[in-house]
Amino acid sequence: MLRYTLRRLLAIIPVLLIVSIIVFMIVHLTPGNPAYLILGEDSSPEAIEQLEQQLGLDKPKVAQYFDWLGSIFTGDLGQSIYSEEPVTQIISERIGPTFSLMVISMLLTLLVAIPTAIFIVWKRNTMLDPLFLSGSLLGTSIPEFWLALLLVLVFGVTIPIFPVAGYISISESLMDWLHHLILPGIVLAAVEIGLIARMLRDSMLESVNQDYTKTARGKGVKESTVLMKHVFSNALIPTTTVIGVTIAGLLGGTVIIETIFTIPGVGQLLIDSIHRRDYPVIQGVVLVIAFVYVLINLIVDLLYAFLDPRIRYD
Amino acid sequence: MLEVKNLKAHIDTTDGVVRAVDGVSFTIKPGETVGIVGESGSGKSVLAHSIMQLNPKPPTFYPQGEIIFEGKDLLQLQDKELRKIRGKEIAMIFQDPMSSLNPVFKIGDQLMEAILTHHHLPKSKAKQRAIELLTDVGIPDPEKRMNAYPHQFSGGMRQRVLIAIALACNPKILIADEPTTALDVTIQAQILELMKNIQEKYGTAIIIISHDLGVIAQMAEKVLVMYSGRIVEKGDVEDIFYRTSMPYTWSLLRSLPRIDSESRNRLLNIEGHPPNLIHPPSGCNFHPRCPFASEQCKMVDPELTKRSPEHYVACILSEMEFKEAKKRMENVEREGDLNHV
Amino acid sequence: MLRRKRNLIPFIFLILLLLATLTATWWLPVSPSFMDSSLRLMAPSAEYWFGTDHFGRDIFGQTIIAARVSLLVGFTVALLSTILGTITGLIAGYYKKLDSIIMRIIDGMLAFPSLLLALALVAALGGSVTNIIIALTFSFWPVMTRVVRSSVLQVKNIQYVEAAKTSGIKDPVILSRYILPNVLSPIIVQGTFIFAKSILAEAALSFLGVGVEPSIPTWGNMLQEAQIYITMAPWFSIFPGIFIVITVLALNILGDGLRDAFDPYAKGKKKAKKRMFKHKKQYAS
Repeated sequence: MLRYTLRRLLAIIPVLLIVSIIVFMIVHLTPGNPAYLILGEDSSPEAIEQLEQQLGLDKPKVAQYFDWLGSIFTGDLGQSIYSEEPVTQIISERIGPTFSLMVISMLLTLLVAIPTAIFIVWKRNTMLDPLFLSGSLLGTSIPEFWLALLLVLVFGVTIPIFPVAGYISISESLMDWLHHLILPGIVLAAVEIGLIARMLRDSMLESVNQDYTKTARGKGVKESTVLMKHVFSNALIPTTTVIGVTIAGLLGGTVIIETIFTIPGVGQLLIDSIHRRDYPVIQGVVLVIAFVYVLINLIVDLLYAFLDPRIRYD
Repeated sequence: MLEVKNLKAHIDTTDGVVRAVDGVSFTIKPGETVGIVGESGSGKSVLAHSIMQLNPKPPTFYPQGEIIFEGKDLLQLQDKELRKIRGKEIAMIFQDPMSSLNPVFKIGDQLMEAILTHHHLPKSKAKQRAIELLTDVGIPDPEKRMNAYPHQFSGGMRQRVLIAIALACNPKILIADEPTTALDVTIQAQILELMKNIQEKYGTAIIIISHDLGVIAQMAEKVLVMYSGRIVEKGDVEDIFYRTSMPYTWSLLRSLPRIDSESRNRLLNIEGHPPNLIHPPSGCNFHPRCPFASEQCKMVDPELTKRSPEHYVACILSEMEFKEAKKRMENVEREGDLNHV
Repeated sequence: MLRRKRNLIPFIFLILLLLATLTATWWLPVSPSFMDSSLRLMAPSAEYWFGTDHFGRDIFGQTIIAARVSLLVGFTVALLSTILGTITGLIAGYYKKLDSIIMRIIDGMLAFPSLLLALALVAALGGSVTNIIIALTFSFWPVMTRVVRSSVLQVKNIQYVEAAKTSGIKDPVILSRYILPNVLSPIIVQGTFIFAKSILAEAALSFLGVGVEPSIPTWGNMLQEAQIYITMAPWFSIFPGIFIVITVLALNILGDGLRDAFDPYAKGKKKAKKRMFKHKKQYAS
């Protein structure tokens, strides 16, 4: 397990390096001079030159990249052009709501997907299974933002039991926090449920007739216990790998969902910054999300190894 | 104690219905050992799984027959009642010990599950019993091994664990489906020895299934020879091995490498393949491969008939006819050998 | 593959949608760009099946016309990602030395949630049909590379490929004649899924106001405009959304069906399952 962990840790170094290069390129290979973009086209040449110097844009690109990389290591992601606050600070202020939303939607996803998959495998020889397959396919075909609009329509107008906008911090009120996150959480979960339940169903069906299930049935263990204990625990291992994909979906989804439900998270910050052409913030947000995503994938990999004693005790 | 009457177990596949078990009857008494022998694909494994009702349903179904255990027909039982018998009254060990243990649970937990499924015991008691069982099946350092995972055990050790699981509730019948096939020869002998000791200690009846006549000869008192889903010969070990009366059994015996044999040590395979169980041949199922087959064999499907009080044979050849046919064949072969030299 | 009913229906739907949108100006009763301020935000009626928008335009016509750019973006991204991904995947799978370099870059690109990468790229490039296509292609092709590479690794050591290698056939010929035909099925399946994902992504980007120019009708742009009228004129949001769902669903069913059709094992299983249902009825007693 220790060697496995070390190998995984080492493997993310080149990935993070590539990530930083891509993030750097996104802004710096933009057609046109960033200083122009920031200040507007009718600004004076002196002001442009001054900003170029300030941002280090007069240096060669490679030097700029290493300057930037160096400052990232010190936790400095630059300054917002719009609010002139440090990007690190802006992002850290916005991370709470996004994190909350992710946790809620992940919980919702697992809470629905796991029992669904077990139930479907239990009833695997009935018409429920093809019905489920169609349902999961439909789930992955619905645009999240459109589903959000529909829910806003239903719960904002027809049955106003959930708020359709805003965010209350968990430190203020747990109930209000939850209440505000239910609808956006459902929207984000809806798409991922199909994905995870499908994956879990597939891997459960693969292990449902393995020899060890025969041993369990031979002991006189109930079919439901065979499924929930023996089959599920084995199917969970390959399913963890799609959790990474799910989280990518959630991270992408939050950007849109926060905008619709006006949740002041990182996603909304990103969209606002794109509209304001606040490049340092865009760069910072993209970098942080990619970094978090790499980290989550690392955790998923380690979880995978931990769940499988064949790797854990190697 | 257990009586199987005219059991049929068929499997629905893409190409049609496979008659894996097609009208099998036999009984087993307490403490007895019955061996079931046949080539792979003869339906012996499906038969064993039928007794425990462990064939996946669907595609398997039971169009006919009864499996009477202590007055109850296992085929008619509700799942709940069946579970009270599985593991407690009748237990089973499987062919491949490498895949028959759940890779993600500890040995001890899997063993305790077998105990706790049928007995409401405190965990400490169950653990104590589990350690006893591991000692019984010859696992060294059982207390420590309780916390090991299956992949940390060798194949032979895993089969011992599986035997321990099967013995957990002191069952009346133990079904062993090719228990040694996946193991090394030396380990095979140990496992068979272990099963014998267990039987002496607990008085368990054993149904042992194997394609290996050596295993059957070593273990069984009564033998059933299966071919294409049917029993073609059954009797005491002596009947089967020394008074062989069915050409198929004879071919099986001849395919064994024998050191004590007078003839040269040739390893003979039975020619041809086991029949297609979706469209079985007409008449006697064995006739396409039978060295003694006559025109009549293509027409008549011989029933299992009594030759002596315990010895039953499904062949149209009488004992005398079969003896003469064998003699003729051996003469022909001897000449063939001489020609070779 | 298309002979199976499950694949045929979505395929026919997509063809019909394509034909309908290309010929829309000839058969639509009301010109989709016709504005009448007296007809603003009217509910669906016999004349305006899907109602009218905030300019009094026919939403049905708009939705049909919008399919043009939505399908164009989806198809182009699928095509470009497939080409790029196939080339890089073939190279990575075939040449061991280049494999680790290419795959490190691919891993780095896959470290971004695809929508986020597209969003950042569009932010830098500016929103336009071309830039959306560039951004989405950049986000989606790494997945194709991975798929192609792993398939190449599976067929690379098959005997006839080895034989071709030892008989001195040039690498480009081996790759295109011997390896590519054998990895074609996962490519087609993945390409179909990328098509579906691109339609969703384009809609999302346009909805956020960073996608296709607002003047060009796409489903995403329509929903962007419809958003503020969600309570007043829900039909304005509902109908374009339904078109996205059906189109993406059709592509997903097609991709799923193609995957099964290419997988002989799954085919056999399906057939057996069907028989099982039949059989169950027979032995139900």
